[in-house]
Amino acid sequence: MSSSNLMSGARMLLECLSREGVEIIFGYPGGVTLPFYDTLYDNPIRHILVRHEENACFAAEGYARSTGKVGVCCATSGPGATNLVTGLVDAMMDSIPIVALTGQVSTKLIGSDAFQEADTFGITRSCTKHNFLVKSIADLPQIVHEAFYIASTGRPGPVLVDIPKDVFQAQGHYTPVHAIHLPGYKIVTEGHSGQIRRAAQMIWEAKRPFVYAGGGIIAGEASQELRELVEIVDAPTVCTLMGLGALPSEHPNFISMPGMHGSYAANMGMTHADLLIALGVRFDDRVTGRLSAFAPHAKVIHVDIDPAEVGKNRNPDLPIVGDVKKVLPKLNKALRELEPTMAEVNAAERKAWWKQIRAWQQEHPLQPVFSSEEIKPQHLMYAIDQISKGQAIVCSDVGQHQMWAAQLIRFNAPRLWINSGGLGAMGFGLPAAIGAQFACPDKLVFAIVGDGGFQMSIPELATIASYGLPVKIIVMNNGYLGMVRQWQELFYNNRTCAVELDCFPDAELLARAYGFRGRTIDKPSELEEALREAVNEPGPYLLNVKVSPFDNVFPMVPAGGAINEMVLEPPRPVAVPAKR
Amino acid sequence: MIQVISILLENKPGALMRVTGLLSARGYNIESLTVARTLDPTLSRMTIAVDVEPHLRRQLIKQMNRLINVLQAADLTEAPAVARELVLLRVRAPMEARTAILKEAEIFGGRVVDSSLEGFAIEATGETEKMDEFIDVMRSYGEIEVTRSGLVAVSLESKKLRLSPPIPRTVEAAENKDRNGVVNA
Repeated sequence: MSSSNLMSGARMLLECLSREGVEIIFGYPGGVTLPFYDTLYDNPIRHILVRHEENACFAAEGYARSTGKVGVCCATSGPGATNLVTGLVDAMMDSIPIVALTGQVSTKLIGSDAFQEADTFGITRSCTKHNFLVKSIADLPQIVHEAFYIASTGRPGPVLVDIPKDVFQAQGHYTPVHAIHLPGYKIVTEGHSGQIRRAAQMIWEAKRPFVYAGGGIIAGEASQELRELVEIVDAPTVCTLMGLGALPSEHPNFISMPGMHGSYAANMGMTHADLLIALGVRFDDRVTGRLSAFAPHAKVIHVDIDPAEVGKNRNPDLPIVGDVKKVLPKLNKALRELEPTMAEVNAAERKAWWKQIRAWQQEHPLQPVFSSEEIKPQHLMYAIDQISKGQAIVCSDVGQHQMWAAQLIRFNAPRLWINSGGLGAMGFGLPAAIGAQFACPDKLVFAIVGDGGFQMSIPELATIASYGLPVKIIVMNNGYLGMVRQWQELFYNNRTCAVELDCFPDAELLARAYGFRGRTIDKPSELEEALREAVNEPGPYLLNVKVSPFDNVFPMVPAGGAINEMVLEPPRPVAVPAKR
Repeated sequence: MIQVISILLENKPGALMRVTGLLSARGYNIESLTVARTLDPTLSRMTIAVDVEPHLRRQLIKQMNRLINVLQAADLTEAPAVARELVLLRVRAPMEARTAILKEAEIFGGRVVDSSLEGFAIEATGETEKMDEFIDVMRSYGEIEVTRSGLVAVSLESKKLRLSPPIPRTVEAAENKDRNGVVNA
């Protein structure tokens, strides 16, 4: 072996990253990662210094969610690694491909309660798809390439590689990795052809078919295939919170989001359908409500790449384990073959089904609410939608604003709507927008955040400022932890406790302190103009929108309720908290 | 209800924790767990007896199969399988009881592995219920000290082991490209 490929572990790691096509790392340095950062000094891979490790992971997620590529984040041992945990769980819940690199104390110190030591391998075992502790430089290349392979294939997810300082420093020969051998890593992609044929038959036989599409369509890059399916059978279609944009919001067959804050038509459709075509979904409790009452009349076809999701919450009548990208073209082909003989069989019933769906849509549409005195939260989302026109990237935080945004902003392509769906991690929106803006520098990126989540991620304003990222930060400021208050009002006898955020910084001064522009508005007449100003600003912009404080998100399915038992509007008499 | 799960997994640090973590995260108590190397020293065979509601069993097996280090997890609860347990016990045996103890041990297929003036150390293997009886009988002779191995099970069906073949790395193609990265530096 030539001596030319003798290199340090740190450099070997960068070599592997470079071969994996990594262009950008979101990270925060520390003691044990010093050798790595020293090598990074003259390496073309870009390192983005965030202000907190949790946000490094969220930013990597924003990057991964907006592109489909693996997001990479990096933290030091101990506190650095523990700070990553929330982001890792978030990526796990939403199946986002992340490779997290953490430093570890030197191998001979592991287990000795060394400075900044934590059992990262143990701590992150349950919040990653897989994790590795590199004990020797000889294992490093294989492990790093395996990490990328695991993160990005099958059902994507976060993979953590824990690297001790002495492994970074050791010298070794880099031998290229030619094959990944993970005998226990079983991915089924193709789908059972007999099951697919039966599914096509079932779909044509249905009188009230309903497509329930989720994040799997986006992760599987199968939007086009979904659209074909929906158009062949002309089925009404809902996209879950994770699946928004899988079918364009402006598509005539798109009904909206189902579930706890889904539309009346979406939930009634689910409840009355006789066939649910579930694609890349996991029958999450926020979608199904009370499981025993969910889609009671429907047979279920469930397509998912993860066999553990099939039958987890709802037993499907026809399971297909496979990648939607592979299964849907075959299903579409089978549907087309049957079309001449089957299309007319239930045509009349299907027409009546559509009539019913349209009637539900008209009965209780999801629509913005306006007021001349105060800015309604729905008005804010509507105004953003009018600027975005289904094209902008919208990164949302968690809470009421997230639900209103999901209800009212259109997404005409996948990977535009970025939010923490499964975990519901507050503080996600702003750092995710950083990652998305780095990934898509030419796109308009909104960070829609509540005044609660924003204050969890304020440090990242520095990251935005220092890299001059033109993120448009829109704070939907109602002075409350709105979603928690909503539950206290509705289910805890209006005993609002620990939800009032009575201090919020002056947005203009705050933004100016970081060197960019900001503004606070509270009049409906200012809204459109202020948003235009924000969007026209070449750099970052912080727009603090004071909205009417006491609005709640409706429709709402109370926890444990059936999804057709929606509360459509605020209960009367409305309990209005006493003014201070 | 006790479920018996047999798992073939990679013999790697942390692999055991991944399996048991799935159980502890759901609050299931492991009744017994045995693990040892197989003929192939890179692999281990694990037998777990765990109290899980029957309707959750399939889900649990699927989640175990999802683990990267797990080659195969199989449910042996109702499948044709043989399950055995090893008991090692020490019994105090005064002179007048020694013959009786030896006779009883013989009935249970037990074997004396150590004998002293104080008493015997006896090993026995068998089904769990049989071993419970054996221990009960020995207890009637006085103070005993018991160690049980927990269940070891083997399936009587030949189940095809589906393994993923090595996957050639496609990103190697990028190697020849003229890039600014460290590769060609």
